Amino acid sequence: MSAPTPKTTPEVGGMGHSIKRKEDPRFLRGRGNYVDDIQLPGMLHMDIARSPYAHAKIKKIDTEKAMKVPGVLAVITGATLEQYKLHWMPTLMSDTQMVLPTDRVMYQAQEVAAVIATDRYAAADGAAAVEVEYEPLPVVVDPFKALEPGAPVLRTDKPGKKDNRIWHWEAGDRAATEKAFREADVVVKEQIYIPRIHVASIETCGCVADFDRVTGKLTVFMTTQAPHAIRTVFALVAGHVGLSEEKIRIVSPDIGGGFGGKVPVYPGYVIAVAASVVIGKPVKWVEDRMENLQADSFARDYHMTAELAAKKDGTMTAVRIKTLADHGYADAAANPSKFPAGLFSICTGSYDLKNAFCEVDGVYTNKPPGGVAYRCSFRVTEAVHAIERITDRLAQELKMDPAALRMKNFIPKEKFPYHSALGWEYDSGDYPAALKKAMDLIGYDALRKEQVEKRAKGELMGIGISSFTEIVGAGPSKHFDILGIKMFDSCELRVHPTGKAIARFGTKSQGQGHETTYAQIIAEELGIPAAHVQVEEGDTDTAPYGLGTYASRSTPTAGAAGAIAARKVRDKAKKIAAHLLEVSEDDLVWEPGKFSVKGAPQKAKTIQEIALAAYTNHPQGMEAGLEAVDYYDPPNLTFPFGSYICVVDIDRGTGEVKIRRFVAVDDCGNIINPMIVDGQIHGGLTMGMAPALLEEISYDEQGNNQAGSFMDYLVPTAMETPSWETAKTTTPSPHHPFGAKGVGESATVGAPPAIVNAVVDALAHLGVKHLDIPITPEKVWRILKEKGVAE
Amino acid sequence: MIPASFDYHQPKTLSEAIGLLSRLGEGAKVLSGGQSLLPLLKLRLGSAGHLVDIGRVPGLEDIREEGGFLKIGGRARESDLEHSDVVRKKYPILADTAAVIADPLVRNMATVGGNLAHGDPANDHPATMLALGATVVATGSKGERTIPIDQFFTGLFETALAHDEILTEIRIPVPPPKSGGAYVKLERKVGDFATAGAAAQLTLGAGGEVVRAGIGLTNAGMTPVRAAAAEKFLQGKKLDEATVRQAARLAADAADPSPDRRGSVEYKREMARVLTARALKRAASRAQGA
Ligand SMILES: Cc1cc2nc3c(=O)[nH]c(=O)nc-3n(C[C@H](O)[C@H](O)[C@H](O)COP(=O)(O)OP(=O)(O)OC[C@H]3O[C@@H](n4cnc5c(N)ncnc54)[C@H](O)[C@@H]3O)c2cc1C
Repeated sequence: MSAPTPKTTPEVGGMGHSIKRKEDPRFLRGRGNYVDDIQLPGMLHMDIARSPYAHAKIKKIDTEKAMKVPGVLAVITGATLEQYKLHWMPTLMSDTQMVLPTDRVMYQAQEVAAVIATDRYAAADGAAAVEVEYEPLPVVVDPFKALEPGAPVLRTDKPGKKDNRIWHWEAGDRAATEKAFREADVVVKEQIYIPRIHVASIETCGCVADFDRVTGKLTVFMTTQAPHAIRTVFALVAGHVGLSEEKIRIVSPDIGGGFGGKVPVYPGYVIAVAASVVIGKPVKWVEDRMENLQADSFARDYHMTAELAAKKDGTMTAVRIKTLADHGYADAAANPSKFPAGLFSICTGSYDLKNAFCEVDGVYTNKPPGGVAYRCSFRVTEAVHAIERITDRLAQELKMDPAALRMKNFIPKEKFPYHSALGWEYDSGDYPAALKKAMDLIGYDALRKEQVEKRAKGELMGIGISSFTEIVGAGPSKHFDILGIKMFDSCELRVHPTGKAIARFGTKSQGQGHETTYAQIIAEELGIPAAHVQVEEGDTDTAPYGLGTYASRSTPTAGAAGAIAARKVRDKAKKIAAHLLEVSEDDLVWEPGKFSVKGAPQKAKTIQEIALAAYTNHPQGMEAGLEAVDYYDPPNLTFPFGSYICVVDIDRGTGEVKIRRFVAVDDCGNIINPMIVDGQIHGGLTMGMAPALLEEISYDEQGNNQAGSFMDYLVPTAMETPSWETAKTTTPSPHHPFGAKGVGESATVGAPPAIVNAVVDALAHLGVKHLDIPITPEKVWRILKEKGVAE
Repeated sequence: MIPASFDYHQPKTLSEAIGLLSRLGEGAKVLSGGQSLLPLLKLRLGSAGHLVDIGRVPGLEDIREEGGFLKIGGRARESDLEHSDVVRKKYPILADTAAVIADPLVRNMATVGGNLAHGDPANDHPATMLALGATVVATGSKGERTIPIDQFFTGLFETALAHDEILTEIRIPVPPPKSGGAYVKLERKVGDFATAGAAAQLTLGAGGEVVRAGIGLTNAGMTPVRAAAAEKFLQGKKLDEATVRQAARLAADAADPSPDRRGSVEYKREMARVLTARALKRAASRAQGA
C-alpha cells in the first residue's frame, strides 16, 4: 500500500528518488532546441493560405499576385501535388485526408495553397495575396443531422459512399445487458456531451524539411511524438516518388508539449517535405497559434447516452452507453488499428459490473479531422466521464451518499486480476483504499455537515467524487498495432568502459522528463548513478524503433524495455564478475552497483570495474563490450487508478464556480520519481479542470470556429488553477518489470467528473441532475435564475 | 499572425511626433504600448502605413498630484499605476482597474492613455475614468486642449482625438474627504476582456448620504457607458440595501451589451447589475474608511 523505500542511495538516484530533472538546466536557461530554433543554411519559409469556408467548391486559385510579392519563390496548390499523386494521404486510421485540395474544401481553415519564400514575412504576405474563388456548399455541423436521411454526403471522393457514417463499433453482450436493464429496480439515464477541445500545447506544430539532392537523403526536424512510425509512413506514402526508408531521417528535437496533438501527420509537414524535395533547399514551416487551434486535430467531441441499472440497495448491475463520435471530415485519430473508439470499453470503470454494452458510431462533419487522444490514453476520458457522472446520478436517484455507493460497488481487492464485462483484465487495484484516503484527507464527513448548514443559509457548495480506472500502456502485440506496426517499444543500452552509459529509446519525451526517469530506471537496475546515464530519443538514425510517446505508454513499454535491457547487461556483467573474482556465477550476489561473493562481501566488483573489464579484460570466448537491446512487448495493459474529491463554492450573483479544494489520490503502481509524478498530476489536473470549466471549440451553423484563438479558447493560467492536494497509494502492476503503471494521463481523465459532480451536488437540492461541460458562469447563472436563487 | 509591412518612426520630442502625424496623414498611427495596436496589425484586421512610436518622447510618464488633480502622463503604463503610492493610497479604484487589466507582461507595456485612446468599450479604464469624472488633455498641431471624458468616446474605436493629436495627460479631480471608489470586473479568465465591469466612485456627506456618485460600465455598449440615471438616483440618499439594489437595477438599464462567447445580452445586463451593486458597496465602505 505505502511506497517502498528506495533500494539505491540518493547519489545513485534509482527508483523512488525525487532527483532534479536532467533536462531542466537547458530549458530554464532558454537553451532548449525546438523545431523553430533550427536554422539551416539557405533555409526557405512556408506559409499557408487557408479556407474561410467550412464547405465550398474551389472554382479558381489565382497565384499571380502572390508570385509577385518580393521574396516569394513558389506557390504550391493541390494541382501541383496532384502531379506527384501527393494531394491525398492516408490517416493513421486508414481513412484518407487531403494534403491540398484540388476542387473542394471541407472545413474552415483547411489548407488551400502554400507559399514558399525567402523569409517568414514574405511568405505571410504571399499567403495573404493568394486569391481563391469559392462557391459555398451546404455545411454539415451537427453529427446527428449528418446521419439523417437526405443529409449532404460529405465524402463524395469515396466511391459508393452514401451517408456520413464512418464506422460502427461495439463491445459487450447486448442481449444480456438488455435483460439486466429489464430486471433492474432502478435505471438512470443521461445525455452527456464532451465537447471538442484542443491540446493547445505551448509549442505549435511545424517542421524543417531538408532534402539533400546529392545524397538523396531527406531529414525532417519535426514536432512529432512518434518519429519512427512517421518515418515508415513517409516511406510508404512517398515511396512512389523515390523516398526510401533508409534515406529518411526524422528528428524530433525538444518538444514543447504534445498531449496527442503531435501524433498525426498534418498536411503542412507533407507540403514542406514536397517543397524541399522539389526545390532542393531546406523549408521551414511553423504554424501560428490560430492555425494550430483551427486546423490541427481536436479531441473528444463525444455525444453519449449513458444508462446505469441497479438494485434498490445500490448494487449496480449493468451499464449501457451509446455514442456518436464527431470526427470532422476524416477519421484522423491515432488509435490502435483495431480500436476505432479507442479503449472506450473501459467504461465499466472501477465497478464490479456484470453486464455492459457500448457502441460508438463515427460520423463525418465539416470540421477539422481528428480526434486525437488528448492526454486520455484512447477515449478513456470520455468513458470515465460517462461512468462517473452516471454513478452520481444513481446516487442522487437512490438518495445514497455517492462515496458509499462507490464503496459498495468497487471491484474488491481480492478479485484482481479482474476480468471486466467488456473484456479487459485489470492487473491490480485497491479502490476502497484510494477513496478512503481521499475522504480522510479532505475531511469528507465534516464537509457534508458544512454543506447542510450552508444550504440552510442559502449558500451553494458542492462535493464531487471521481473514482476512475485508467487503461494505459498500449499494448500487447496480439491486439495493438498502428498501421500494422505492433505497439512494442524499445531500449538500446550501452555501458562505456568507465562505467557510464548511454540509453536510447523508441519513445519521445515532450515534457514528461524521460531523460531523468529513464536514467533512474537504469540506475535502479545497474547501480550506475542516474547522473551518469545519458538518455536519447527522437532521432530515427540513432534510436531503436518504437511507437512513440502517448497514451501513458512510455514507462509501461519503453521503460520496461530499459529495465530488461539493463537486466541483460547485468547478466553479462555477472559472467564478467565471476571471471574477475574467479568464482562461479552461482556464488555471486547482486546489490545495486556491485556483485560480491556470497559469504565474503569484501570480495566484490563494482559495475564500473566490470564495465572496464568488458573492454580491457573480458573472458576468452566472450564478446567484448557491455550492451543490450530490448524490444518489450507488454503482456497486458496497466490500470492506474485513483479517487479525486473536489469542493466547489458557487457565486450566486455571477454563477462562477470556485474550486475551494481538490484532493487527488493517485495509484500508478511503483513510482520512479515522485516529484515528476506530482508534476504530471498537477499538470493533468489543470488540463482536466480546463474543459470542465473553460475550454470548448464550437462552431456556428456555417461551420465557423467560435474559439479559434486564445481570446476565446480559454486555457487556464495559474490564476484560475486551485492549489492541488496530492497523495498516493501504491499497488504495483504484477506484470510490469518494476511494477509501474504510467501516470501521464490519470489526472486529465479523473478530474473533469469530480468537478462536474461537485457542481451538480451544489445544485442538486434545486433539482439539478446533470450539467454538460464546460460549466460556464452563464450556464450556472441560468439555473440559479430559473430556480429563483440568483442574487 | 504576421503584420503587413509598415514604416516605423521614432520621434524624440512631442512636436516632432505631432509634425510626423500631420505630415504623414491618415495612414499614420500613434504607437504607444502597442498592446492593442500590434495585435490588430498582426491579425491583419487593421493596417497602418506608418507607426509613430511615442516611446522616446520625454515627460509623458509621470503620475503625480498637482493643482487639485491627479495627473497621469499620456504614456504612463499600467504597471506604473499599479506601483504608484499615491494611486494605491488615494485612488483605490484605479489600483483595482490596473490589477485586472490583462496580465503583468501586458501591463508592463500597455499605457493608461492608450487604453482610453483606443476607444474600445471592452477596455477597463474608460468606465473608471467616467466614474472619476476625468479630463483628457490632447496636444496637436493646433496646440493643447482639454476634453471632458463624457465627450471623449465618440463611437466604437473612435474618440474625440484629431488625427494629429496625442493624448498627453489624464486629469482626475482629487477626491474630497469621505470619498471612495471601486472597480469590479467579471472575466472568464485572467487576461480576458470583461464579461461585464462596473466602476463606482462615491463621495459621502457628513450623515453618510451620497454627495456625488460616478458609475461607469465596461463592455456594455458601443462606447463606454455612464449609468447617469443610477448616479442621479443615488444623489442625497443613504446607501442601504434597497437603495443599492435600485441603483444597480438602473445601471443595468443603461447597459446595451452585445452577445458573444462571454455571454448573452440578458446575462451581461444582469451582471452589470450584480457588479454595480458590489462596486457601490465596496466604494461606500472605502469612503467610510472601513
Ligand atoms: C493579452 C491582452 C489582454 C488585454 N486585456 C485587457 C483587459 O483585460 N482590459 C483592458 O482594458 N485592456 C486589455 N488589453 C489592452 C491593453 O490594456 C492595451 O494595451 C491598452 O488598452 C492600449 O494601450 P497601449 O499603450 O498598448 O496602446 P497601443 O496599442 O499602442 O495603441 C492603441 C490605440 O490607441 C492609440 N494611442 C495610443 N496611445 C495614444 C496617445 N497617447 N495618443 C493618441 N493615440 C494613442 C494608437 O494609435 C492606437 O490606435 C489587453 C491587451 C492584451 C495584449
